[in-house]
Amino acid sequence: MHAENEKNSKIIEFAALGLMVPIITFGIYVIAHGHLTPGGGFQGGAIMATAFALLFVSLGKKAIESIKGEVLVALECIALIGFIGIAFLGMGNTFFFNFLANSGVLFGEKVPFGPNSGIFSSAGVIPLMNFFVGLEVCCGLTLIFFLIFKGAD
Amino acid sequence: MIEFFSTNGIALLIAVPLLSAFLTPLFEKINRFLRNLYIIFSVIVTVTIGFFVSYTIFVSGTLVYTLGATEPGLTMPSGLRVPVRIVLVADAFSAFMILSSSIIFFVSTIYSFGSIRKGFGKYFSLFFIMAASVFGILCTGDLFNLFVFIEILSISSTGLIAFRKEKPLSLISAYNYLIVSAVASLMILFGIGILYGQYGMLNIAAVSRAIKFSFVDVFAMVLLIAGLAMKCGSVPMHFWVPDAYGRAPSAVTAFLVVSSQASLYALFRVSFMLFAGFSLIQLVALAIITFGLLSMFIGVTMALVQKDIKRLMAYHAVSQTGYMLLGVGVGLFSINTTFYSHGLLAMEGGIFHIINHALYKGLLFLTAGAIIYATKERDLNKIGGIARKMPFTTIFFIIGAAAIAGLPPTNGFASKFLIYESVFVFNPLLSIIAVIVSMLTLISFVKIFCSAFLGPEREELKNIKEVPKPMLVAMSLLALCIISFGLFPDSVLKAIIEPAAKALLSQGAYLEAVF
Repeated sequence: MHAENEKNSKIIEFAALGLMVPIITFGIYVIAHGHLTPGGGFQGGAIMATAFALLFVSLGKKAIESIKGEVLVALECIALIGFIGIAFLGMGNTFFFNFLANSGVLFGEKVPFGPNSGIFSSAGVIPLMNFFVGLEVCCGLTLIFFLIFKGAD
Repeated sequence: MIEFFSTNGIALLIAVPLLSAFLTPLFEKINRFLRNLYIIFSVIVTVTIGFFVSYTIFVSGTLVYTLGATEPGLTMPSGLRVPVRIVLVADAFSAFMILSSSIIFFVSTIYSFGSIRKGFGKYFSLFFIMAASVFGILCTGDLFNLFVFIEILSISSTGLIAFRKEKPLSLISAYNYLIVSAVASLMILFGIGILYGQYGMLNIAAVSRAIKFSFVDVFAMVLLIAGLAMKCGSVPMHFWVPDAYGRAPSAVTAFLVVSSQASLYALFRVSFMLFAGFSLIQLVALAIITFGLLSMFIGVTMALVQKDIKRLMAYHAVSQTGYMLLGVGVGLFSINTTFYSHGLLAMEGGIFHIINHALYKGLLFLTAGAIIYATKERDLNKIGGIARKMPFTTIFFIIGAAAIAGLPPTNGFASKFLIYESVFVFNPLLSIIAVIVSMLTLISFVKIFCSAFLGPEREELKNIKEVPKPMLVAMSLLALCIISFGLFPDSVLKAIIEPAAKALLSQGAYLEAVF
């Protein structure tokens, strides 16, 4: 796919690097507002992974060589352990118990009764779990792209 | 502490292997010794929880666990008419299945320590995910959750079947398995979707209370039963079994037997809990009996002509699944009829056959794995006279073969005899077919025994040795279980089989336990 003598134009490389910033920001936005708006961990993670796909397409070998598969695997494992770990933390009551909701600490603001006006700091452990799911999906999809591009070379 | 484990046991049974699956790769980065230690530790913890949970259920009745509620038993917070949270329910039938899966999980882990040489960390990650999904299927009380666990099971099994990826045939088998499971899962999902569209609920107990058996519901029932029968490898959809069982590493094959039984569990759970009140349930029972008879006969006749040792045993697995379907199908037929007591006996036979099959089929696959490990050969025409070099494997093989053929001092005899006796009252012809299939099974195992173990020593197999110790320990554990179940079938029947059969038949008690 990327032969030795093939050279990508500087314009494409620069534009891809520039586009990565808004794409990742949008992905983080979708993950962070998962408990308020449509979207969530999986969707946001997939959006973030497209940034890396763009990187692989535009930079080719350079990008593939700079990323290590093992790091992605480790990050993926850490994200999944984080997800299950939060579920374990609720074990005082039950597995997956939302112990942060309405507690006033992290994402624990009390939500008034009735339609939610969009209080960001609500929903307890759900945003945290969304974050871990997002990290997992981003790493997983990036790993798949990485292996496909690596195999093609 | 004991209090904590008896209330939270079912959640931990799924959570601990799932956590271990993702911790194992991290431990592998640190150190190999630490990784092995962690694997052993977490397997022992999982199996202990499994035994403890099933003990608790047999002693004190059905366990219910609501995920994410303030209290485990709170399935319906005030103001709700149906349970909206994911509820885990484990009655005596689940407890029985958890017991049998825990034994096989433990044994195949020990065996893997001897037989798997490379990619150990990855192997165990997938293996733990597979264990978590099997326990999940056995514990869940929620239809969509059931689908999710079945899907996780399919994906992790595919990874494990393709584990020896340097061999092209294992990749093809894994691909076949993936396609068949994807089709089956879609059918299951479609069936669940129809039920959800009708009643807006996913909890099995809640749907069971609300179900009206309209035409669309019957459509959903057919989809669910067909999909689950496909996943458990009964005959019209059995073609993935010989490929998948034959090509997976042997320890995985032993656990794949348990995982198809988990699908069988789901099939029984759905037909007994959701659709038991259906006016044409006897038609469903007849369909299950027909599946069973076809599986028995086609499985064994296909096995007779095989030359590949594991493929042969895989066809026998299809044939033995037929016995379970036959026994439990007759039980389903007899609900609300005059020969209820015989139906109960047939169900006990079918259910007893589930654990017996897991034990002896597991043992036989492990011995086949040992033969392949030692000789590097799987064609029966090229193996011969290995009894001299591998005495222990030979003994274990004899025990397993006697059990699958239903010879007296083993557990296979106990359950097969129960099935013959009770099915005879239902229809003598079915019993006769079952006995003939059993004889054909014996013939084909005598064939393996003569060609592989007896006979003159072969020139090219002069330097083979007995397999490593972990593999022998694993096989001896299973052989011990087979003999002890065969010697004391009465106490096993009283302690675990009877409660399991009764739990499956008493739909009311299950509904009462949830809400």
